Amino acid sequence: MSADNNKHGVSRRDFIKTTGGIAVASAMPMFFVKNAWAEGGFPNDPGKAKSITLGFNVPQTGAYADEGADELRAFKLAVKHLNGEGDGGMLNTFKPSSLKGNGVLGKKVEYVTGDTQTKSDAARSSAKRMIEKDGVLMISGGSSSGVAIAVQSLCNEMGVIFMAGLTHSNDTTGKDRRKYGFRHFFNTEMSGAALAPVLEKEMGNDRVAYHLTADYTWGWSQEGSIKKYTEKLGWKTAEAVRTPLGAGDFSQYITPVLNSGADVLVLNHYGKDMVNSLTQAVQFGLRDKQVNGKDFQIVVPLYSRLMAQGAGENVKGIYGSTNWNWSLQDEGSQAFVKSFGQEYGFPPSQAAHTCYVQTLLYANACEVAGTFNPCGVIEALEGFKFDGLGNGPTEYRAEDHQCFKDVLVVRGNMNPTSQFDLLEVVQITPRAQVEYPADMLGGELGPCKA
Amino acid sequence: MDAIFLQILNGLDKGGAYALIALGLTLVFGTLGVVNFAHGALFMLGAFCAVSLNLLLNLEKVVVDPSQTTPWGTPLEIRTPYLQEWFGDFGTWMIDYSVPLSLLLVIPFMLMVGVAMERGLIKHFYKRTHADQILVTFGLAIVVQEIIKANFGANPIPQAAPDIVAGSMDIGAALGMDPNTIVYPYWRMVYLFFAAVVIGGVFAFLHMTTFGMVVRAGMHDRETVGLMGIDIDRRFTIVFGLAAVVAGMAGAMYTPTLPPDYHMGMDFLVLSFVVVVVGGMGSLGGAVAAGFLLGILQSFASMTEIKSFLPGIDQIIIYLVAVVILLVRPRGLLGQKGVMED
Repeated sequence: MSADNNKHGVSRRDFIKTTGGIAVASAMPMFFVKNAWAEGGFPNDPGKAKSITLGFNVPQTGAYADEGADELRAFKLAVKHLNGEGDGGMLNTFKPSSLKGNGVLGKKVEYVTGDTQTKSDAARSSAKRMIEKDGVLMISGGSSSGVAIAVQSLCNEMGVIFMAGLTHSNDTTGKDRRKYGFRHFFNTEMSGAALAPVLEKEMGNDRVAYHLTADYTWGWSQEGSIKKYTEKLGWKTAEAVRTPLGAGDFSQYITPVLNSGADVLVLNHYGKDMVNSLTQAVQFGLRDKQVNGKDFQIVVPLYSRLMAQGAGENVKGIYGSTNWNWSLQDEGSQAFVKSFGQEYGFPPSQAAHTCYVQTLLYANACEVAGTFNPCGVIEALEGFKFDGLGNGPTEYRAEDHQCFKDVLVVRGNMNPTSQFDLLEVVQITPRAQVEYPADMLGGELGPCKA
Repeated sequence: MDAIFLQILNGLDKGGAYALIALGLTLVFGTLGVVNFAHGALFMLGAFCAVSLNLLLNLEKVVVDPSQTTPWGTPLEIRTPYLQEWFGDFGTWMIDYSVPLSLLLVIPFMLMVGVAMERGLIKHFYKRTHADQILVTFGLAIVVQEIIKANFGANPIPQAAPDIVAGSMDIGAALGMDPNTIVYPYWRMVYLFFAAVVIGGVFAFLHMTTFGMVVRAGMHDRETVGLMGIDIDRRFTIVFGLAAVVAGMAGAMYTPTLPPDYHMGMDFLVLSFVVVVVGGMGSLGGAVAAGFLLGILQSFASMTEIKSFLPGIDQIIIYLVAVVILLVRPRGLLGQKGVMED
């Protein structure tokens, strides 16, 4: 090393090393995203490739892992049916359908999976990896609104379609709606609108409700919607208490209910929290209690069969709403239950249903648009009206990318005939009753970029 | 008044679980000097012993009825528990009492797990730093968690208390107050009684038996006890097994209160460590006192009246108390001089 070089504090070797390092580091993202905006002018254009890849981003670990596992089963079944294998499931009942059972636009459908861990940052990393490294054209899945909103926003930034899985917060297609995001699942506004008339019929107008609410976007959204609709009925709200996500023991939140003067407990909890809070509320004798001369009631506004299984006997007779239930007798639901049951030996959950349907809807939109270009696909999905997928005539509203369809009000089955027969459909609330103006929840879709 | 009484009961109940876990943690730390982050996993393993016994007792005879089909077109399976078929009412009774009966499985199983864990892994880390001990035991906890998740799934698995104690007691009415003002589940009272008995049993064992006396002597001065020709290592191994049994029994009996899942141990572990620190590292009495104290404080902090002027206090109260205690009395409530001060 010359004295000259040392005078400047940087040797030639150091300089070459540093600049070389910077060059390699700068080239890295280009290497990983080299296919992202390829010749077709949109991300991950498959061009002349014989197959396309879809990304299924589900919770494989964490609190919602069982729902994630069921979502993954449904995705795999959907891919199988799209590629012309198996009995075709809902491909046979979906109308109007452009699906031919030969893949999508003649290309075989393949998939990659990711683990959201029900954490927004992990879900975004996983989705980013799928887009940049695996070249996926569409991402679907998720069992939490926080995750769905985070991934939807990422997909929008990266120009990739996001077909949301289980997400129930109004915000997903409300204030956080995005041009590239679509939700088939219902939301808390619809739950409130569907549940209220049934609650009025079963419990009357003169009730005092006490809310226990999971302290995150979905919990707040559901609490707001249920309060809005029950207060319209004439119910009063005694208290709305926020509980930490994953609290485990809810006893300290339940005991104040006993002497609050409330005669209805609304559990704005989902998954493990709902299983625990409901079990403990029943243990504290709330269901045997008489308040204000009335039988004390518990309401679980968002139900799932997997959760009902966790809560066991405690769900009997408790009202709630659900997006879909395997006991529905329409042609589409029956076809799906048959395919899923024969493949896996048990019926699908509502999470599985919405994921299966979203995959079919995306594939069909590509066929209708005749391209994988997201802008074309978005155009095909916006305002698309369809039937035969299990919830009666349905529409993907163009203004907010929210599906509008019938909503189920269910009750924990008093006399289950099997370990899966846990929810009894008490009312199929017609779509017209749960519709609301597109601008009611705020938000802007924004433009399509390609 | 009734609300305060209920929160005290809640706190005692929750504190019972904290105290039982913290007791085991302190025993292990006091004897072996090991910070065992896998202790929560032992609590969870105990809970899953109860789940396993319940599954075993509910093993069903499956008869396929070809005349009926499932909605997906496969022949219907009719299931009857073998126990009911073989033993009639006695079989039904065993299924009903599966949680308390699971203690018969928990005690030998957890003793075995504890001894194997200490001999197979922990002993190799005695002379390593606390950081190494924490890393290895934390890693072990994750492995145990994942094994449980792979076998039992991620969702909570509810366990029913025996029918006789399944409901709740109207304590208010029993005390001559208005009915339905103080209602408390029977099983939570059973758990509180159980926690008191186990804690009492451990203290009696350590204070009233020769074995316990040797262990306590070893906790104070391991070297001198060794010089007297006593194989203190063997006794400490048994103490590790005992701590595992206490954690396991606490977990098994907690299942009707909190449906167990693979993560339940971790949820309790962090709080139990705070309990140990607040009580004083190495102090058994401190662990028990701090367990109940923090349980009660946590319950009070969740009251609407308190949360209305201190929002979120229920989330931080335990840590807040820990910070104050450590500032005012760094050894913890009943901690001894020299312990964890190097």
